Amino acid sequence: MSRPSVLVLAGGLSHERDVSLRSGRRVAEALRGTGLEVTVHDVDDDLLPALSQVKPSIVWPLLHGASGEDGSVRDILELVGQPYIGADPRASRISWSKPIAKTVVGRAGIASPRFVTLPQSLFRELGAVRVLESIVDNLALPLVVKPARGGSALGVTVVREASALPRAMVDAYAYGETAIIEQAVAGVELAVSVVDTGSGPFVLPAVEVVPREGPYDYDARYVPGRVEYFAPARLEADVEARVSAAALGVHEALGLRHLSRTDLIVDADGVPQFIDVNTAPGMTETSLLPQAAEAGGHELGELYRSIVDAALRG
Amino acid sequence: MTANQTPASEASSPVPTPAAGTRLDRWIGSYADRTHGMRASEIRALFAVANRPEVVSLAGGMPYLDGLPLEALAETARDVIAQRGTVAMQYGSGQGDETLREQILDVMRLEGIEAHPDDVVVTTGSQQALDLVTRLFINPGDIVLAEAPSYVGALGVFRAYQADVRHVPLDEHGLVPEALEEALAALTAQGRRVKFLYVVPNYHNPAGVTLSLERRPRILEIARRYDVLVLEDNPYGLLGFEGEPLPALRSMDDDGVIYLGSFSKTFAPGYRVGWAVAPHAVREKLVIASESAILCPSNASQLAISTYLSTHDWRGQIKKYQEIYRERRDAMVSSLAEHLPDASWTVPDGGFYTWVRLPEGLDAQAMLPRAVTSRVAYVPGTAFYADGSGADHMRLSFCYPTPDRIREGVRRLAGVIAGERELVEIFGTAAEVEGRVVDSPGPDLA
Repeated sequence: MSRPSVLVLAGGLSHERDVSLRSGRRVAEALRGTGLEVTVHDVDDDLLPALSQVKPSIVWPLLHGASGEDGSVRDILELVGQPYIGADPRASRISWSKPIAKTVVGRAGIASPRFVTLPQSLFRELGAVRVLESIVDNLALPLVVKPARGGSALGVTVVREASALPRAMVDAYAYGETAIIEQAVAGVELAVSVVDTGSGPFVLPAVEVVPREGPYDYDARYVPGRVEYFAPARLEADVEARVSAAALGVHEALGLRHLSRTDLIVDADGVPQFIDVNTAPGMTETSLLPQAAEAGGHELGELYRSIVDAALRG
Repeated sequence: MTANQTPASEASSPVPTPAAGTRLDRWIGSYADRTHGMRASEIRALFAVANRPEVVSLAGGMPYLDGLPLEALAETARDVIAQRGTVAMQYGSGQGDETLREQILDVMRLEGIEAHPDDVVVTTGSQQALDLVTRLFINPGDIVLAEAPSYVGALGVFRAYQADVRHVPLDEHGLVPEALEEALAALTAQGRRVKFLYVVPNYHNPAGVTLSLERRPRILEIARRYDVLVLEDNPYGLLGFEGEPLPALRSMDDDGVIYLGSFSKTFAPGYRVGWAVAPHAVREKLVIASESAILCPSNASQLAISTYLSTHDWRGQIKKYQEIYRERRDAMVSSLAEHLPDASWTVPDGGFYTWVRLPEGLDAQAMLPRAVTSRVAYVPGTAFYADGSGADHMRLSFCYPTPDRIREGVRRLAGVIAGERELVEIFGTAAEVEGRVVDSPGPDLA
């Protein structure tokens, strides 16, 4: 039998194109090291012809944002009968929307900061001043404003004074029609990756994120040095157990496959609060899932290879 | 490698102290102070989308090269290697190939510059000349005057050498002499010395304006009186759409001006050949600095350009470019008038760019993600200031996209602006944001 071939999907037209291209190159490199035949392809009008020509054994979508994470590319892969790695379209769509994901995860008993979902049109109807005042009164500062869909901290602002709220809204709406405002939780910021190589999902060591200066924004995420990472995170055993259970709970409640990364904050009471989940987590040289894998003693190529093998087995 | 194996240290600590965490960069404590301004940013990441064909990019500064006689240039390149390969592939003079330096004099004569081949230093693009001049003159904290706005690539060099950049306003006739005088008087009164004045006199990047003939001697006179060197950066001077080129500042002052020229826009940027013309003593130092940086400019590139200049109708090629870019400028300006009646913009007489002032209250940097969603890209005005101002402007380039694409891009931009305007109306005028990253696209952006 010829050796399995992998087509890594990277790029796309989203705001996170750059990160996706970097993720794609890293994963492709690691997989090639295990003897697989790997091609990297952008999401463009050549993709479908390429799929029917190359007939890859499996597609690994490493698209961040927009069609890559909202389920639509996966819909097409399903349609043409192309096996792929990661969540199915429905689970992707639910996870991609922060308010919907928070609701689903909440039903599974996992805590999450209080929030409101705010389509831009609402402000036009109810008046910005009134709406924002009411939010500050009811949710209380500090607050986090973010686009309802999207990653890499694009368009995210931590608001400590009410006067900064309108500007934060404008920045979030630059990325989409809907924003959420969430209570900012003080605590330990964690990224917890879940991987399933065929014998059920397991949790990789949590990675603790400590910004050295300023917020954990786009720059901090992708420029080494702005942030200090602790992998594994410095957690008491009982907290660590709760954190692992929460990440696993998120993965299962949302019906995710193969891999996911859940961002949590452990609050002052030691309760993990769900912030966000990524069905196509970043795989760049500064990304969190690769750090977690290394902290767990996994060689990256081998881990990615076992994900591929699991997906090939169906 | 695991986290605990990674030593990290504070810059001030003489002995690296192991930290429990990792910053993913073993050398975080080792970088020079001048790297602190080097950052990634959201804005730079957004430009990653701009080269996709679905996006109309009005952001980049890539010249339109489809008009080049590529077959003939391929022959030229082949001949250079086949006939003069042992020279082309060898190290060369640090100052640059002598024949090319003589030919550069012919090019510069079109703008009134009379010089000797010895005055010319060939560099790897004029960007390298900019770096060398800054290296020669700027200690950390030294003052450089630049137009407001100024070329983003120059600001990057000045920042790398930790210059203190002060902006001097320009208007539709270029740098304002009265404002220059005022700035110099004020700095002199504070006991501050200005090392040099950086100007792009023709078809300014990003402002699109040209320093008027009448102002040129006045600028030089003021600079002379305050003992300030003038750094004249002139990549676009021969790409005017009407009339003859204006005389270069260097043609009016041999001793007070360092002139930077380039083949990147009048021919092609791929060979990376530019040059500096400097007063004798400065030129000696430029050659030494260049040798320490790169040993010598590429012989293969220089010979290819030299052969192009001697065997092709390079003046005709420049005319062809002028016509192409004029048509695109017209498409840009007429689309702006049609779609963005509430904005204002400069109408360049040459070059690549127009500088658009947005309707009141809009912020070009905040608006960029929305533009990318709408498949159009531009460079926010903040990139062209050292102090984070300029958010109310954007640079639109018309060099690379076809006239139809330009019209489509401006149409999309109008939708983006309308959307942003609605937001500003809902939430009140967007406030100025402090401490923003000054950023720009990479050079290979369409």
